[in-house]
Amino acid sequence: MSIPFYVSPEQVMQDKAEYARKGIGRGKSSITLEYRDGILLMAENPSSLSKIGEIYDRIAFAGVGKFSEFDQLRKVGVRYADVKGYAYSRDDVRARALANAYSQAMGDVFTREMKPLEVEVIVAEVGDPELAGHEHNTIYRIQFDGSISDHENFCVIGGQSDELGSFLQSRYQPGTPLGEAVKLGRAALERASNGRSSVPPQNLEVCLLEKARIGRKFRRLATDELNQLLAG
Amino acid sequence: MRFSGFGGAYEGSSFAELLEIDHPQMRVAWRALLQQSGAAPIAAPHGTTVLAFKYADGVIVAGDRLATEGYRVASRDVQKVYATDGHSMIAIAGAAGPAIEMARLMRIELEHYEKIEGEALELDGKANKLSQMVRANLPAAMQGLVVVPLFAGYDLRRRQGRIWKFDVTGGRYEEADFEATGSGGLYAKEVLKQRHHSDASRSDALEIAVSALQNAADEDRGTGGIDTVRRIFPTVLTCSSSGIESAVEREIESAYQHSVASRANHRLEHRGAGA
Repeated sequence: MSIPFYVSPEQVMQDKAEYARKGIGRGKSSITLEYRDGILLMAENPSSLSKIGEIYDRIAFAGVGKFSEFDQLRKVGVRYADVKGYAYSRDDVRARALANAYSQAMGDVFTREMKPLEVEVIVAEVGDPELAGHEHNTIYRIQFDGSISDHENFCVIGGQSDELGSFLQSRYQPGTPLGEAVKLGRAALERASNGRSSVPPQNLEVCLLEKARIGRKFRRLATDELNQLLAG
Repeated sequence: MRFSGFGGAYEGSSFAELLEIDHPQMRVAWRALLQQSGAAPIAAPHGTTVLAFKYADGVIVAGDRLATEGYRVASRDVQKVYATDGHSMIAIAGAAGPAIEMARLMRIELEHYEKIEGEALELDGKANKLSQMVRANLPAAMQGLVVVPLFAGYDLRRRQGRIWKFDVTGGRYEEADFEATGSGGLYAKEVLKQRHHSDASRSDALEIAVSALQNAADEDRGTGGIDTVRRIFPTVLTCSSSGIESAVEREIESAYQHSVASRANHRLEHRGAGA
């Protein structure tokens, strides 16, 4: 009879965390930042598979790491939001509850499953100046182990999030107009490749949550519009 | 991949199916209700005229605002015409409760599909989806809660406005030019038949729509007219390649005045001639 190996829980968790970090580290980063008229979400993404998506009227999603995993999380989020909005009201669908649900689900996978999720996600909600108590933007980051944090001004997820974060920290200014914000985001993403290469606009995925829009505030920028913003 | 306590068994991209499978408590179980309650028809607010026709830039949809319960007014300002997304619209006729719910579900359905799949359904796909919803309502229709919508929109692939009507069994019929339904639909259709032309400008189309609704309100007790005292006007939406535009009160009022004035003129000119 073989004797089962004993592995301490600390060791198990460490191994899982390392595995997840490695997986996430291989991919590119994604940036979310507040600009004057809403929230900007950007990722370097030459493929046609989206890393950023619409969840609900004022809520957007961004994921990094393994596509199949974060895209599944995105879809579950859309279902969660649409059912909640259908059962109650559209204004009852809030980012905090969704971020919490993600945190629970991802934490659960991390502790129970053999393989942790190799993803990090952002849930961003743009404020609505018309709704008392809902005026402020919120940005939540949920990591592979379910740990959740909220962020002001900007948030970076992905392999080089610390480096990009400190780059943004030194340059970010609240109330930046969209054009400046897009340029800053691109500069940060270029930083991720150690300045080795510039990121052409067609390799950028850029989405906005625009405060001034009525109803669904999410919008995906077309390459033409992005070119104009980067040139302006 | 399943997450415990978050998300259910359903993994497709339809919101109606998602409700059916993961949240059955939110759907009305008509079959079970029918078995329990025998077959006594349910009384619910009814009556309507909604219409749709093509004009130069696309398609126009209009509907009156009255809901009746028997001979009684249930509501004077019900909305019967809704945008279901950026390029499609639904106009509902029939039992108000289920009809409004169907319009709402349709809107969420299209938005849900677009978000899950990353691109919107084709206009044909949207019409087909709606016909499935109408068919799903058949048990309720047999209880008297009939819902027969009109669906119209601008087909961005074929670059033209398109219109569909439905029957209670979910039958879907595309119309070449115009259609009207509801208790006053026939009267509206008579006007459309004579006055409709597919190269009408937006303002001409608006006037034709308003006078068709006026004619229906004149002949049918279930259709509401324009109420300038309470400021209740029909809902009119137009849809072209650039999206949906809602006609504002001022536009509808001037179209109404124009149509009233031309009727009055017509009577003046022919006074005595017929007598």
